[in-house]
Amino acid sequence: MLTPEEVRKIAQLARIELREGEVEKFQKDLSSILDYVEELKAVDTDGLDIVSSVTGLENVQRPDKAVLIDYQEGIMTNAPERKDRYYKVKSIL
Amino acid sequence: MNYEELSLAELREKLDNKEVSSVELTNYFLARIKEQNPELNAFITITEQEALEQAKEADEFINSPGDNFPLTGIPFAAKDLFLTKGIRTTAASKILDNYIPPYDATVIAKLKEQKAVLLGKANMDQFAHGSSGETSAYGATKNPWDKTRMPGGSSSGSAAAVAAGLAPWALATETGGSIRQPASLTGVSGWKPTYGRVSRYGVAAMASSLDSMGAMATSVKDLAMIAESISGHDPKDGTTGEREVPAYSKLLDANIKGMKIGVPKEYFVDGMEAGVREAVEKAIEEIKNLGAEIVEVSLPNTKYGSLVYAIVCPSEVSSNLARYDGIRYGHSTSEGGSLLDVYQKSRAEGFGDEAKRRIMTGTYVLSAGYYDAYYKKAQRVRRKILNEFEEVFKRVDILLAPSSPNVAQPLGNAASDPLFGYIADQLNIPASLAGLPALSLPCGFASPPFQGGVAESATAGEDGVLLPVGLQIIGPQWGEQKVFNVGYAYQQATDWHTKKAK
Repeated sequence: MLTPEEVRKIAQLARIELREGEVEKFQKDLSSILDYVEELKAVDTDGLDIVSSVTGLENVQRPDKAVLIDYQEGIMTNAPERKDRYYKVKSIL
Repeated sequence: MNYEELSLAELREKLDNKEVSSVELTNYFLARIKEQNPELNAFITITEQEALEQAKEADEFINSPGDNFPLTGIPFAAKDLFLTKGIRTTAASKILDNYIPPYDATVIAKLKEQKAVLLGKANMDQFAHGSSGETSAYGATKNPWDKTRMPGGSSSGSAAAVAAGLAPWALATETGGSIRQPASLTGVSGWKPTYGRVSRYGVAAMASSLDSMGAMATSVKDLAMIAESISGHDPKDGTTGEREVPAYSKLLDANIKGMKIGVPKEYFVDGMEAGVREAVEKAIEEIKNLGAEIVEVSLPNTKYGSLVYAIVCPSEVSSNLARYDGIRYGHSTSEGGSLLDVYQKSRAEGFGDEAKRRIMTGTYVLSAGYYDAYYKKAQRVRRKILNEFEEVFKRVDILLAPSSPNVAQPLGNAASDPLFGYIADQLNIPASLAGLPALSLPCGFASPPFQGGVAESATAGEDGVLLPVGLQIIGPQWGEQKVFNVGYAYQQATDWHTKKAK
């Protein structure tokens, strides 16, 4: 079982604020998922590579050519807060 | 004319012969949506105005010289995971409640060029996380066969829309079993493509090494028409590869005499419903009678599929969903605070429980000290599963199996169980992990089981409720044509796919 501290640490890494009761809830939920996958640890995988590309494609490249993107305003329209062509964020200094 | 009973080929013919216009067809399906959607909740957004404009353009295209595309003028629904320029796209999450995409997904752009008509954006499990449709922030979708039951998920709305005849076909996506499982539970035909066959560009990402864009319709022939319309290389998605797209629908061949078909015994799991087993075994018998050679095969690593998925999927989810930061787009908290507060509160308010669960699971298994034990281990077991499929496809052409161990369950069953999806999709996940193409086709009906001697819902058992069962057809990578041919042969010989929810 994950400890409450571990759950708080994971949530903080994931940038999700936990509310009242959620530490206990996710402690239980995440632990049940980790228990569920426990069986994998015993599987013999000696000499096997990890899967990174399922169809075997490697190093796919495209020409390094500029293309026109003309929907900047459409992108900015979705910004919760903006000033002209800039995103507004909280000051960090 | 009941247009919802026609195949895409029949609709094509009627449009080409000017027996019906695209505007008429579009109005017809919009009327069905308006009538039935309040109860089914298959759509999050109905795009009536845009649909009628597109239909008008399609009619102009049809009336001008030159050939039409297979899907020209035919209405369809798109899972609300596909970005649609200027049309709200939510991924069924509150975090994207007000998101208006500035561009189209490649698949949507292709369909626009071919003058297909978008009726609306289909409901789904939030961010495609789930197998019941219940994790949607816009309410659960109901199964048209029994509205107290789930349609499966995550492509819940796409499945329900096709099953209820609200759209002739629907775009859907699959990461674990999100096309095959709901297709099975709603009695429609579903196609999960080879990984990379269809572009992922512009579809909200879930688990990028697994995400596959496919479709649901009422027959294999329809799916083949859709497949040749949406597949192909996309410079914007490096995983698509440059293989040519065959004219699947024209190459359909119902002669499967001598084809070698494997039935993996591990797919007939403990706890599988008796009625499901019976229907699937009958379907296999049917295919044998068409001249195929049936051989029992063993895929012993099948049981690890869901476990691998329970690590790989959340890992990729945690990375992909990091982009929802409350700053560039999507929900942003109205509470003040620091920059960190904006991230943490926006994400806490915007994501549903299942998204949070997957993000946090992924964050944990990828974190320092756990990465090797969980993520790398899972990707090695995934290699084992991939190798096992590769070996079996040296001996057989195709695999047949049940799509799901059960028929549709009552709504509410998923909510309390964090493992619901991983178990519901256990028969779909292995093929997803290996990037294989697959179909789920209706193959009969079964009554839901009794639990502890009591019918599990008021409608079950006593008044003889019968629910659809799905047959799964799995092929080797890029083996779409083989998969379609077996499905086509089966549907030429049977009529389960023509049965409609009343």
